[in-house]
Amino acid sequence: MSLDTATVRRIAKLARIRVDDAEVATLQTELNAILGYVEQLNEVNVDGVAPLTGGAQMAMRLREDVRTDGEIAEKILANAPDRVDHFFAVPKVVE
Amino acid sequence: MTIAEAGAALATSKISAVELTAAHNDAIAALNPRLNAFITTTPELALSQAKAADARLKAGSAGPLTGIPLAIKDLFCTAGIRTTAGSKILSPFVPPYESTVTQQLLDAGTVFLGKVNLDEFAMGSANITSAYGTVENPWKRNGSDAKLVPGGSSGGSAAAVAARLAMGATGTDTGGSIRQPAAFTGLAGIKPTYGRCSRYGIIAFSSSLDQAGPMARTVEDCAILLQAMAGFDPKDSTSAERALPDFRAATKGGVRGKKIGIPAEYRMDGMSPEILALWEQGIAWLKAEGAEVREISLPHTKYGLPVYYIVAPAEASSNLARYDGVRFGARVDGEDLIDMYERTRAAGFGAEVKRRIMIGTYVLSAGYYDAYYLRAQKIRALILRDFETAFADVDAILTPTAPSAAFGLGEKMDDPVTMYLNDVFTVPASLAGVPAMSVPAGLSAEGLPLGLQVIGKHFDEETVLSVSAALERAAGFSALPTIRAGASA
Repeated sequence: MSLDTATVRRIAKLARIRVDDAEVATLQTELNAILGYVEQLNEVNVDGVAPLTGGAQMAMRLREDVRTDGEIAEKILANAPDRVDHFFAVPKVVE
Repeated sequence: MTIAEAGAALATSKISAVELTAAHNDAIAALNPRLNAFITTTPELALSQAKAADARLKAGSAGPLTGIPLAIKDLFCTAGIRTTAGSKILSPFVPPYESTVTQQLLDAGTVFLGKVNLDEFAMGSANITSAYGTVENPWKRNGSDAKLVPGGSSGGSAAAVAARLAMGATGTDTGGSIRQPAAFTGLAGIKPTYGRCSRYGIIAFSSSLDQAGPMARTVEDCAILLQAMAGFDPKDSTSAERALPDFRAATKGGVRGKKIGIPAEYRMDGMSPEILALWEQGIAWLKAEGAEVREISLPHTKYGLPVYYIVAPAEASSNLARYDGVRFGARVDGEDLIDMYERTRAAGFGAEVKRRIMIGTYVLSAGYYDAYYLRAQKIRALILRDFETAFADVDAILTPTAPSAAFGLGEKMDDPVTMYLNDVFTVPASLAGVPAMSVPAGLSAEGLPLGLQVIGKHFDEETVLSVSAALERAAGFSALPTIRAGASA
C-alpha cells in the first residue's frame, strides 16, 4: 500500500500538523518507506490470536471515584501560553 | 569510583557529599560545552542537596544513595526545574510537580546535577533528534577523533555517566533507549519489567512500552539505583502492586545451575562477526560460571521491529495530541483555533516526531486500523507467547544488545528504517514487557564498547541482575572513554 500526496495531506490534517508542499514530497517518501517495511507483518498468520493491548501483566486497577487532589488552579495554569483569570485563553471559536 | 564505593566513602566520612558534588559540577563545567550531555545544569541546587545529604549522613539517617550525584533524563518532570523532553514545543515548561521516580530518588538523598539530553520525546536511537543539539559519545575509535553518537534516546544520560560527569543516571526505555546507549558507552543499564517503575510524571511517548530504569558504571550500581526508583505507585494505573526484592543482594547470586537460553533467531543475516564472537564469548563465560546453556527459539523475533513501528507511533500520536499550544509550552498564533494548532505543532515538533505522529495517525485511521494496528497487536501477543514458551525451559536469555558499536554522526541517517534497525535486539523484550539489561562485555576492533543483553521473566529482575553481574565479573571490562573527567585529553 503506497500513500499518494493527497493522503499525506489528509493525515497531516488529521494530526493537526501544517505541512508545506516541499514537506509533503519528503514525508511521502519517508512514510512509504516505513509502511513498506511493516508490510512483512502480512506474512504472519494471526487467525484466532487475541490482540495484546498493554504491557502490564495484570487487569487495570480500579479505584473509588472520589476526589484525590484539587485546589491547584494556579499550578495548572502556571505554564499556559495565554490565560484570563482562571481560564486558558484561545482564539475565538464561536462567531 | 562507583556508587557503591562512593556510598562507603560517604558513610565513613572519607569524603563529603559537598566535595563529591562540587567535583562533578566542575567536571560538567569543563566537559559539557563539548559533549552537550546536559540541557540544564543545576549546580547550586545540587550543592544545597549535597549539604542536606551531609547532614543526613552525620545524623545517621542516610541510605546507600545519600549524597550520590545523578543526572536526570529530561523526560522526567522535576518540580521547579525546566523540563524539555528535547523538544521546542515544551519551551518553556517548568513542571509544578515531581515525577514519582525522581521524588523517590530525592527521598533517598541523591543529588541532582541537572537534566540530560535525549532524542525529542525519546524518539530516536542516536540522540540526533533533540532540539537541544546532538550529544557526543565520550568514546573514540582507535586513532580517530571523529564524533560518534552515544546511542539513544537516553544519549545524554549515557554520555554523562561514561564521561564521569555523573555517577549514575535515570533513563527511560521504550524500545531500547536505556540498553542501546548503555552498550554504546560501556555502561550497564536495566529496563525493568513493565510496571516496576511508576510512569507518573514521565513525559509519555508510548504508554504500553515506556519504562524507567537506571544507567550506571556497574551492575551493582544499577541495582542500588533501581531499589530507590522502583515500587508501587497508585498514581500510575499500570504500576505493579508487588513487593520489591533486594536487587543489590541479587547481583551476588551467581549463575550456578541457572538455565540460559540462546535464541537462534537473534543470529541474523549480515550480522557483524565481532558481535557474534562476543556473544559466543558470553556463552562461554556463563558456562564456565556453572550455567547450563540451551538453544531456544523465539520464532516471531523478526516481526518485533515492524510491530514496534506501528504500536509506538500509534500511542505517540495519541499521547502527543496534548501539545496544542493551549495549556503549556509554545504557541504559534493562527487565523483560528485549528490554524493555531497546526502552526504550533508544525513549528514545535521536529522531523522524526512529525513522521511518527503521522504514521500513528494513519495506522489508527478509519479503514486502516484493522490492517495495521490490530494486526500489530495480535503479533505482539505472539511475541509475548514466544517469551512465555521459552521461559518455561530457561531462567534467562542471552543476546547481543545492538547490531553494531557506536557509529559516527551522519552515518545511518539515509532513511528512517536504517536507523530503526539499531533496536532490532532490544524491541522484543519491550513488546513483551519483560526485564532486560545491557552489560559492557568487550571492545570492538576499533576500540569501542560492545554490550550483551540479558532478558528475564516478568518481575524476575533478580535473575537478570545475577546473570549480568556474572558476565560483568567474567568480562572484567575496565576500558575508559577518551573524554572523561580527570583525563588529560
